[in-house]
Amino acid sequence: MAEFWTGYGLPTLIILAQILGVVIVVLIAMAYLTYAERKVIGFMQLRLGPNVVGPFGLLQPFADALKLMLKETVLPTGANRGVFMIAPVITFSLALVAWAVIPFDDGWVIADINVGILYLFAISSLSVYGIIMAGWASNSKYAFLGALRSAAQMVSYEVSIGFVIVTVLLAVGSLNLSDIVRAQERVWFFIPLFPMFIIFLVSALAETNRAPFDLPEAEAELVSGYNVEYSSITFALFFLGEYISMIVMSAMTSILFLGGWLPPFAFAPFTWVPGVVWFALKIAFILFVFLWVRATLPRYRYDQLMRLGWKVFLPFSLLWVVVTAGALIAFDWLPT
Amino acid sequence: MDELLREYLPILIFLGLALGLAMLLIVASLVMGAQKPDSEKNAAYECGFEPFEDARARFDVRFYLVAILFIIFDLEVAFLFPWAVALKDIGVFGFWSMVVFLGILTVGFVYEWRKGALEWE
Repeated sequence: MAEFWTGYGLPTLIILAQILGVVIVVLIAMAYLTYAERKVIGFMQLRLGPNVVGPFGLLQPFADALKLMLKETVLPTGANRGVFMIAPVITFSLALVAWAVIPFDDGWVIADINVGILYLFAISSLSVYGIIMAGWASNSKYAFLGALRSAAQMVSYEVSIGFVIVTVLLAVGSLNLSDIVRAQERVWFFIPLFPMFIIFLVSALAETNRAPFDLPEAEAELVSGYNVEYSSITFALFFLGEYISMIVMSAMTSILFLGGWLPPFAFAPFTWVPGVVWFALKIAFILFVFLWVRATLPRYRYDQLMRLGWKVFLPFSLLWVVVTAGALIAFDWLPT
Repeated sequence: MDELLREYLPILIFLGLALGLAMLLIVASLVMGAQKPDSEKNAAYECGFEPFEDARARFDVRFYLVAILFIIFDLEVAFLFPWAVALKDIGVFGFWSMVVFLGILTVGFVYEWRKGALEWE
């Protein structure tokens, strides 16, 4: 019994505590991302943004969450009820489980699996299912068209994301996320792989359905797309899922290109700051870029979006994979 | 705990916890919120009209085409992953093998581009 306790019981409890800690931090970060979005876009448009609930409107996200909880859950008559209710659960859970492999600092990772980046790639591919299920189960034309668009857009940009990840892997020689960060101790990958960094950032916007690629939402034609039939908490779960996957994409960007938990310069005042703070700062910076882009750029047209994905990003990133591999082979720079 | 369990058990627990949290939120909302359904409220949204037909209608074949192209290229990426990690061991020969493979796929890509499979007008 005692052996079982020290062998399995205690480690499981520790894992559970770690997971709860990460979930709480991620949920609070997500709540304040919605607040930051409204505040940042507000200031960029010379408005104040939310400023009534709590000091500087800081309690606004919690008020919103509570309001959504207390609303009625509408189940449309024509809907496929089971699938309709499962879709938001899938979207939310998938966005959350991605955090299982993210290293917050050297060794600060819940599951240090050796195929970490593949796991993240798989999770972000699976999130298409939530959207397709929502659009199909709603049995509403707008939801259906929105889901189709959204799915086509996400799979198109996923291909370029895959090639970008392959270029980083060439330079690292490991699929483990902590190894990817450690490989950037001399130089962060956004310097040697700058074009791929840009492609990844733009594809991340498309993958998370953010402006200027927020066509699935398209208020003007599709009345907000695949989640039009959702209300109350089911809508909130989609919303939470989307914002959490934004943070996941930012975390991936900082792990792949901006050196994860590493300080920008490896000497005195920078090394005093703990790695997790650097990691959070990098994520916050990329999220700010997401919001900045949303406040600045007009929305793409659908044919432009598909052309950019298939005719520009795909051939270019494919070429860059070959160029990177060729250069690494030719100069014998491959990692051991 | 053995190595495999230590690496993958947390993911399983995390998945269970996330699913549980999502379902808990739904149940809490169903209990706390007032539920007053009526037939108008539960009808599919169609800008104020009565919904006049089922939504599972025909849709543009190009979405299907994108799905097929995606499968091809995503498989290609799946082949590239192990190649990228093992490039040090397989060396120049491995590199040129992959260049040949990518070359064949590029021929296919050029063909579908010329055929207009990537046009969205």
